[in-house]
Amino acid sequence: MNWIVALPEIVLALSGMAVLIAGVFAPRPGAFQLTSMLALGALLVTAGLVVIAPAGVGYGGLYVADAFSRFVQLLILAGAALAIILSLDFNRQEAELARFEFPVLILFAAVGMMIMVGATNFMTLYLGLELQSLALYVVAAFARDSLRSSEAGLKYFVLGSLASGLLLYGISLTYGFSGSMSFAQVARALLSGTPSVGLVIGMVFVISGLVFKVAAAPFHMWSPDVYEGAPTSVTALLGSAPKVAALALLLRVMMGPYGHLLSQWQLLIEIISIASLVVGALAPILQTSIKRLMAYSSIGHVGYALMGLAAGTQSGTTATLIYLATYLFMTLGSFGVIIAMRRQGRSVETISDLAGLGRNDAGLALAMTIFMLSMAGVPPLSGFFGKLYVFLAAVQSGLWTLAVIGVIASVVGAYYYLRIVKIMYFDAPVRAFDRRSPSLSFVVAASGIVTVFFIIVAGPVTAAAQAAALALLG
Amino acid sequence: MPIGIGQYLVVSAILLVVGIFGIFMNRKNVITILMSIELILLSVNLNLVAFSGALHDLTGQVFTMFVLTVAAAEAAIGLAIVVTYFRNRGSIAVEDVNLMKG
Repeated sequence: MNWIVALPEIVLALSGMAVLIAGVFAPRPGAFQLTSMLALGALLVTAGLVVIAPAGVGYGGLYVADAFSRFVQLLILAGAALAIILSLDFNRQEAELARFEFPVLILFAAVGMMIMVGATNFMTLYLGLELQSLALYVVAAFARDSLRSSEAGLKYFVLGSLASGLLLYGISLTYGFSGSMSFAQVARALLSGTPSVGLVIGMVFVISGLVFKVAAAPFHMWSPDVYEGAPTSVTALLGSAPKVAALALLLRVMMGPYGHLLSQWQLLIEIISIASLVVGALAPILQTSIKRLMAYSSIGHVGYALMGLAAGTQSGTTATLIYLATYLFMTLGSFGVIIAMRRQGRSVETISDLAGLGRNDAGLALAMTIFMLSMAGVPPLSGFFGKLYVFLAAVQSGLWTLAVIGVIASVVGAYYYLRIVKIMYFDAPVRAFDRRSPSLSFVVAASGIVTVFFIIVAGPVTAAAQAAALALLG
Repeated sequence: MPIGIGQYLVVSAILLVVGIFGIFMNRKNVITILMSIELILLSVNLNLVAFSGALHDLTGQVFTMFVLTVAAAEAAIGLAIVVTYFRNRGSIAVEDVNLMKG
């Protein structure tokens, strides 16, 4: 048995337990700080192991380490690490959040996400997804004395469990009508002849379960509420790594076992993508809370990422992976700015609170401008490349309607991104924010640098994404 | 009448629909939602076991064990979240879960 292929996950899971024990025995006031640092160390070591661990299939075909899982796992680890750094200061200021379980739960969620993207069997997929979801339900309700946070946790739990249930029902039908849980054997069963109705129904259930998890349009109702209610450091996490992991999982499942049913699911994914684009372009215009705005904007971004999947080709997969890489850093950077929005020790969350940031804190305003322009798709920022690749892939596959709607949506979306820039620079300044902590500045600066200078690393990132797509389809 | 795979599938589909309706139609109590989620997971288990028998393949039954374990963990976490919610709100009526409109 080739257990070494899952070495990074094993190390991360064991260090999660070790960090938990360390947190229990650590002296009380410093426990959160200590476990956060240990968790960051564990994520760093795991990232190193992901890079050097050998590729291959292990555990009797249940698990695989290939270029695809490596690419996405590095993104997940980066997202989890940046989210922990963002929480360092935020959680200390909100007294009830600075408990040592917080980084431990993020570590376990990261293990779940890594297992998800490495799954080659529906059982592994489900267990990874649940490990991730269960940890995230708890962090969403982490501010246990806050009504908003527990309501967010409750909504996230109910709709997340419903999504898992639908996914599971789809898996059971797929198993029954193809005779196997293994991705390779399901693909083989679909290769011959016309697929049975049961299999197609199963596939639709699997798609709807996963689409629920990524919060794409017809199934997005929960995400603005959860984003708004959860503590901001948690929202930063929810918007980044889990989205990347769930979209990667969708890629793996649709291109792998269901790959031969492309003609059946292409239209479905196209409709979901269009619906997400429309919601992501129109709904944010009316928002006053910046966290709700980010939730709707992320629904739009999921729409763009699904465009690459709808293309159903290797270049489409590459495009989605590049989009995810750019999206991760834009989102974490903007949440860094949102977390910095704090007056006299209390965090403020409306868009109008950003007024005058250009005069009060030029650096932060510049960073937010970069993220907003990048999300709107202005060249030469990273968001432009992500959009360029998905549009190209959609056009190459002949999905003209989708590409045209995508371009229109990004023009409409530019309105509310630019409105934020306008509010920061041209509205009458209100009182300045509290001094931001070095850890926050680090995340904002790092994400900003990645977003601005993506053009320099675009070559290697594209090559890595191409290798990943080849591993998935080859 | 011999009971075949078709009958099992029908029963489990009915359970699934009852579970989904229980989540969306129910206006009374959050506990009912938790029960509906369990019902969905049980319908899946029934499906898996029935298929496992029909296919003469043990994978489905092994997966059922995993699903049961995960369902237990999920119920524990769900109840914990409901308890924190009740502490803050003083009620677990579904109509009261409305602080954020959505």
